[in-house]
Amino acid sequence: MSQIDNVGVGGKPRSRRQAYEDKLRRKSLLIAVMSSAAVVLAMVVLVPMAPGWDRVVKSFFNWSVMTRTFPGLLEAFVQNIMIFAWSAPLIAVLGLVIALMRDARSPVLFPLRIFGAAYTDIFRGLPVILTVYLIGFGIPGLGLSRPYNSPYLWGTVALVLTYSAYVAEIFRGGIDSVHSSQRSAAQSLGLSDRDVMRYVVLPQAIRKVVPAQMNMLIALQKDVALLSFIGPVEIFRQAGVYKSLSANFTPYVGAAIIFLAVTIPATRYADYLMQKQARERS
Amino acid sequence: MTIKTLLMGTALTFAAGTAFAGGHLCYEGKTLTEGKLTVATGNPAYFPWVMNDDPASGEGFEAAVAYAVAEEMGLAADDVIWVRTSFDEAIQPGAKNFDVNMQQYSITPERDEMVDFSAPYFSAPMAVVVVGEGLDAAPTMESLKALKWGAVGTTTAVPMLTSMIEPSDDPLLYGDNADVTAAMQAGQIDAALFDLPTALFLSAVMIEGSAVLGQVPADRSENPDQFGMLMEDGNPLKTCVDAALEALTESGALAAIEAEWLQTTTGVPLIAE
Repeated sequence: MSQIDNVGVGGKPRSRRQAYEDKLRRKSLLIAVMSSAAVVLAMVVLVPMAPGWDRVVKSFFNWSVMTRTFPGLLEAFVQNIMIFAWSAPLIAVLGLVIALMRDARSPVLFPLRIFGAAYTDIFRGLPVILTVYLIGFGIPGLGLSRPYNSPYLWGTVALVLTYSAYVAEIFRGGIDSVHSSQRSAAQSLGLSDRDVMRYVVLPQAIRKVVPAQMNMLIALQKDVALLSFIGPVEIFRQAGVYKSLSANFTPYVGAAIIFLAVTIPATRYADYLMQKQARERS
Repeated sequence: MTIKTLLMGTALTFAAGTAFAGGHLCYEGKTLTEGKLTVATGNPAYFPWVMNDDPASGEGFEAAVAYAVAEEMGLAADDVIWVRTSFDEAIQPGAKNFDVNMQQYSITPERDEMVDFSAPYFSAPMAVVVVGEGLDAAPTMESLKALKWGAVGTTTAVPMLTSMIEPSDDPLLYGDNADVTAAMQAGQIDAALFDLPTALFLSAVMIEGSAVLGQVPADRSENPDQFGMLMEDGNPLKTCVDAALEALTESGALAAIEAEWLQTTTGVPLIAE
């Protein structure tokens, strides 16, 4: 034991300094474990001592309600995934188009710049739920016939409009972050404006904004639930139905678990991408 | 003479009578505010349950029942305080801001496990409101299956829809009556299931070009919807409210309020097999 302790990396004997640092590290690890244990213990012991705990357990963590409703929630979650799956590519494309509009440099295209700016201002400024309501009920109310008045269709339109405004701003940030000297260099090589954007600016810009866009995907995944307000029975609405019928909030906890099962890995992945990018930059 | 002044008059006489007798009143020490009955309604509260979203006027079926119950318990009309809650606030664990909550809550055994209900103050059959293509449907279960259905997601209409009508297309569910109305006007759904008084009101006033196709016979639903006042689980006031409702039922006062505020439900055809 002591022999191993005295051997550092590469078989070199460890210096006193290394030994001291290891000791510090062990000490801080011990403190971290102890303080975490204390917090967990406090939560496990103290929270159930609150007078309303039994009532909360019955309302939010009711096992029999959970087992009865969880399969139905999973089934409803398929709708969330579907809406997400067809919205995300549309958002990416429209977002990029809007970002390019805002970057239009030719004077002739000035109206496009104005449009792009107005578009992002309006749809970033409105709460998503408001857009979903207004478009989801308003446009079909104009007298469209089925299936063109489907809440899935117009709910998707509302999500795409809102999210593409955010995504466009992120893309624009990426485009702006490519130094203008690169454009000049490309132009001096004889590339057209279009080719400069396509072959020089965008490949760098898009790479830079991938982590930020991952966060938008995670947000979108949650906001799909807002479509429930105009009819589709996705997981949030289904949980609400179960909640009303049993006067019990446990189905919401079930829905939260399902959401987390998807969003936590996605968030970790986004963090990983960001760290990777930060390392590459430094 | 409005019903409020009428109730106030009788309540005052009654209160004077009991005070004179020096009797102990059932509700004492059991209400949120001593000597007051706090009643919760929806936000907004809907016709014909509460007229003009103004429960303090005593107009509308549930508002009138609340004042009648308060009177029966020995409280004056002025002692009735109105608050607004959502469904979720009504069922959340912890302290409540109401003694009783009246929002057409159907009494079900599952809900009864979590909260308390008073004795029923109304039995509501479910009825079908149709619009657009739905107007051509025959009042039979078979023809109803083919329609595009909607309902309020927080009501017992949902299990009834899925277990009884079993629509071929998944129903769309909404947060409240207003959203179902919007969906019907937008032509997104052909038919929706409501309790009969709500159905009659929505069809007559709110949804242009709609009709009440028929009511679901009570025996088709295993558990005909009965509305009860919702209370916190174990609320001691329940016995007082139940006694008051029982007295009102026996004296015929409850039936009289129903006759006054709820459109007559005769003449709405039953939906056939």
